[in-house]
This record gives sequence, structure tokens and C-alpha cells, in this order.
Amino acid sequence: MINAERALDALGDPTRRLVFKRLRHRTRSVREIADGMDVTRPAVSQHLKVLKAAGLVVVRAEGTRRVYGIDTRGVEALRGWLDGFWDEALVAFKNAAERQASKERKPR
Amino acid sequence: MTQQTRSGDMDPNSVRKVVSVNAPPTVAWRVFTEQMGTWWPLAMFKIGKANAVDAVIEPRVGGRWYERGDDGSACDWGTVLSWEPPSRLVLSWDISADWQHDPELKTEIEVRFIAEGKDGTRVELEHRRLDRYGARRDEMRAIFDKEGDWGRLLQMFAARAAEGSST
Repeated sequence: MINAERALDALGDPTRRLVFKRLRHRTRSVREIADGMDVTRPAVSQHLKVLKAAGLVVVRAEGTRRVYGIDTRGVEALRGWLDGFWDEALVAFKNAAERQASKERKPR
Repeated sequence: MTQQTRSGDMDPNSVRKVVSVNAPPTVAWRVFTEQMGTWWPLAMFKIGKANAVDAVIEPRVGGRWYERGDDGSACDWGTVLSWEPPSRLVLSWDISADWQHDPELKTEIEVRFIAEGKDGTRVELEHRRLDRYGARRDEMRAIFDKEGDWGRLLQMFAARAAEGSST
């Protein structure tokens, strides 16, 4: 199950976010991700594991190589979560605004 | 049964909502901005470690938008990009902790307050630039289509995720 809050948590870590961002325009291997970063390959693998568990990254085998890319379902899940979030927030806002308006309409 | 909010068209990179409020725009604006803490679902969204008790928008362009914890701490959510009372508000929203210094991952919320009938307001909200969470969907699909069978890849991924296997 892809969980949007888990995805948000996973992206809370700056290094992990950087790993994620390096996959935005193309797929890469662990080595390619680690190149140009101040992080060891095992550390990159650890971050990928968390991103994968959060549904943000997918992996596939290319011969002996493993290639990582962005899992669009994670992004969809985030959008879905926000959609529900705004429904809830705006209904609560509507109620608060209408309470306030009726309070102000009442003569004192 | 009536739906209280409506969703707009399906742009994968934004969320759009419309809600009709039985309050004049000036009141709707005030409750949205000055009294956000009375309605914002802090149980669903907050990022600080402390118990969040209030949501605050500083009333000017460049103002901070933040949550206040019960220990007096403040945790930034974003900033005010446009401040046009009582009709238009644009906020940047960083959504997750530590995203403040990452302009590439900022999203934007635009809220419009439009007078509707006598003493009513139509509130239109758009939360956009969600593509900043990742690549644009079409772009990524093209990459994966080029590289192999997307469907099989997903199956493999699902199986692996189910196993909880490590690299």
C-alpha cells in the first residue's frame, strides 16, 4: 500500500530528497546516484530502500545492474491525499466562516 | 445529499476545489487568514514535533505562514506570495519539514474569494505545482516506456514491496 504520509516522511530527510531528485529526469543505478554526491553507495542504497518502501521509487534489474526510477504512483498518492485533505479543510473553513458571519449579524 | 466541496478538472499536477460559503467575502477572508487556527485540520497536517495549537499567516507579502506548538515553538509551512484582501491570497507551501530551503519542491496555493449572491462567497482554491514532488507523469511514462515493460515493472515492484525485500 502506498501511503502519502509515509511518502512525506520519507522526503523529510534532505539527503534522501536529493537522492529522489536525482531520479526526476532519468533512471540511474546506485553508482550513478552516488557519483557527485557526498554519500557512500551503501548509504544511497539505504535511502533508496526507504523511498521504495514509501512508494516513491521503483527498481528493475538490467542484467546484473539495478536501475532506479521514480514511481509515479507515489506522486499520485500524494495528490490523492491532498485532495482529501482540502475537502476536509474547506468544509471546516466553511463552517467556521458561517459561524462567524452569523455571530456578526446578530445585533448586540 | 449535497457535496460541500467540488473538485475541478483533472490536472495531475494540481488540486482544485470550490466551496460556497454563506458569509460575505470580508468575513470569509478574515476567517481564512486571521482565524486559520479555528478550522485548519491540525490532526491531518502539522510538521512540528510539539503539539500544534494554532496556524498563523502574517498579513503581508513575504509574511510567514507557520504552526504554533503548545510549547511556544513555531514551525514554518511557507510564505505569503500575494496578499490582496478580501479577494486573493497566494501562499507557498513546503508541505514537509526541512523543505524551506528547497525552492524546487515548493508548491503553491491560490485562494480566491468571489462575492456570490447576497452575503455569500464562492471560494476557489487551487493547490498547484505538485509535479515538483517528482517528474511530470508523462515525462516519466515516456522514459519507462522506452526502457521496458512498465506493467511488468510494476508487478515486480509490487512483489518486492510485498516481500519487504532489501537491496
